[in-house]
Amino acid sequence: MSKPSLLGWLAANLGRILISIFVPLVTFLVLWQGFIFLRDSNAPQMVIVLVAILWGVGGVAALYAISNWLVEQLPTQWTARLQPFVFVGPALAILFWFLALPTLRTLDLSFRDATGQRYIGISNYIFALTDRVMLEAFRNNLLWMVFGTFFCVGLGLVIAVLADRSRFETIYKAIIFMPMAISFVGAGVIWKFVYTYKGEGAGISEIGLLNAMVLALGGQSQPWLQIPPWNNFFLIAIMVWLQTGFAMVVISSAIKGISSEVLEAARVDGANEFQVFWHIIIPSIRGTLLTVTTTIIIFSLKLFDIVRVMTGGNNGTNVIANEFYLQRFTYSNAGRASAIAIILLLAVIPVMMYNLRQFRERRAF
Amino acid sequence: MSAPASFKRAKRISSFLVNLVLILISLAWLTPVFGVFVTSFRTSEDIFKTGWWTVFPHRAEVKTGEIKLPAEVDVNSIMTVEGVQATFEQLRQGVLLPDGRKLIWFGNKRTRTIEIYEKRWVGFDTNLTLENYRNVLSGQEIRFKGADGKEILRMGNNLGAAFLNSIAVAVPSTIIPILIAAFAAYAFAWMNFPGRKVFFIGVVALLVVPLQIALVPILQDYTRLNLNGTYLAIWLAHTGFGLPLAIYLLFNYVSELPRETLEAAFIDGASHFTIFTQLILPLSVPALASFAIFQFLWVWNDYLVALVFLGEKTRVITSALAAMVGEKGQDWHLLTSGAFVSMILPLTVFFALQRYFVRGLLAGSVKG
Repeated sequence: MSKPSLLGWLAANLGRILISIFVPLVTFLVLWQGFIFLRDSNAPQMVIVLVAILWGVGGVAALYAISNWLVEQLPTQWTARLQPFVFVGPALAILFWFLALPTLRTLDLSFRDATGQRYIGISNYIFALTDRVMLEAFRNNLLWMVFGTFFCVGLGLVIAVLADRSRFETIYKAIIFMPMAISFVGAGVIWKFVYTYKGEGAGISEIGLLNAMVLALGGQSQPWLQIPPWNNFFLIAIMVWLQTGFAMVVISSAIKGISSEVLEAARVDGANEFQVFWHIIIPSIRGTLLTVTTTIIIFSLKLFDIVRVMTGGNNGTNVIANEFYLQRFTYSNAGRASAIAIILLLAVIPVMMYNLRQFRERRAF
Repeated sequence: MSAPASFKRAKRISSFLVNLVLILISLAWLTPVFGVFVTSFRTSEDIFKTGWWTVFPHRAEVKTGEIKLPAEVDVNSIMTVEGVQATFEQLRQGVLLPDGRKLIWFGNKRTRTIEIYEKRWVGFDTNLTLENYRNVLSGQEIRFKGADGKEILRMGNNLGAAFLNSIAVAVPSTIIPILIAAFAAYAFAWMNFPGRKVFFIGVVALLVVPLQIALVPILQDYTRLNLNGTYLAIWLAHTGFGLPLAIYLLFNYVSELPRETLEAAFIDGASHFTIFTQLILPLSVPALASFAIFQFLWVWNDYLVALVFLGEKTRVITSALAAMVGEKGQDWHLLTSGAFVSMILPLTVFFALQRYFVRGLLAGSVKG
């Protein structure tokens, strides 16, 4: 009984089946042609950019639409069973390929030699935890973590509290927040120019802002980025410039959440502004302060671009993420690079876990 | 004086102090950017000679004249010039005349030349140019004058092409992860399938993975697939690195949409796909926009991923600028204008969409 009905179904749906095969094939061909064009074409760049955007965005949208259409051709119960995977499948596949699997592979690589051929036990980790270069990087990351975080959060707090009492709050906040829009490379250029040094000699005048200011105050110009260990602090200043805006905005919105009755009551009771600050504002926003601190700690742990652009890690300014880059791409030592990456992961995990829990409670989005 | 009046006065003073401190901090924040902005319009020769602040009217010592000492003056003893007596050494250091002018010996003793300097207001006829931008955008040979006035020949860094490449990288790298994440967030929030909880916990757990972990293995895969240096490679990489956060944020938003709206649509016989495209996407615009701005800026400003996955042909603006820092370290007229080219788009987005921008960056702060 089933055979004729299956055949009947096939016959009745032959057109549909053919289309179901034909449509994905055509889509695939079109997308493949697009890929070839983008890789090999010498068309004017404007054209390539436009085609790339259309191809990339349109391609992804088309893949979803077509796979969904295919699934909806199936009998209802199969549609219900498979459709969720059409929706969630691509995300899971990409996450698996780009994050889950690489974590395991990096872990595996970290126990192998430079080329990834042979297992060499934990010697990469011994390098990563005891080598002089790495110890210097750890020390510098610690400097970034302690001083960078302290100044970002401290300044952010001060500005948030002060701006809360000014009529021009939005203007100040926009100015302090603005560097968040600038890339680390761009910020690198801006600050390299501030720190630039020409040296002594007849007819030479310093064109860097810092040296000009030092000279105007009667000091001597210095090659700021070449004096260890102080050069680290000149780099940290860049991070403070970039990230204080973030701390300020988060803290500011927490301050706005403190009930004005509590503040008024304290003031009526005769508390001065410093007492209000220490005994009411700070305790009320403690949770926010901690979240901001952990976020900036993570940032300082993974910091790479500023050091890479400003000093390349020379003159005692190396950091972990830069040493990772050097090991992998300059010295081609995949094993050591992987060990460093794993250490970075382990360092970030506890802070991240705390942050995520806070984030869920805060419902920031 | 009555009590309320003194209270008011105290308040005014404190408000003045608050604004003063904030203005000083704001100036400290703006000055470095402003210096780069001004410098990007100055000629290379000027930049080598003087700081950018000299383009503003200020009092400076300007050479106003020259005295050639006659042959009979003995330069080895005390000389009388312009009514003052001074030795050669003193003149070399500079001698102040009673009327405020300053005499400075030029060069060594044999020149017999003394220059007269006078404090004057200068900087009204500043020499500004767009040439730097033209040079930095082009990929052709460029010429400019060095500190000594000699012409220097360099290759341009072709930031124009890099800018376009950045767009070709950043736009799909923003839209693709949002699309994929929105589908996934909808499935996690409103569809039933086996393993839903486990998968979702997995996604959130991946938030902690730092970029560096993934770079080495992915690079191996790309080399094997011959994908290195293509747009597709970097879109996929940015999609992968951005997805956990995108799914997490969009899930938080989508899962809190009112259940009744969706149920009504179901009863009307709409499919999941229709509900998603017609209902969920439009309702989620605020969340999508916030994340889009965060992701766009992240990709636009990213240096590490681009450095690893992109080649010469598809080089983006950050790598091009970083390369310039490496090879043209002292050519500030090019570096500053290059920096501004790289900043113009993010800054525009920032000032145009400030509210979404702040929200997006706050939400993005949990990115691993």
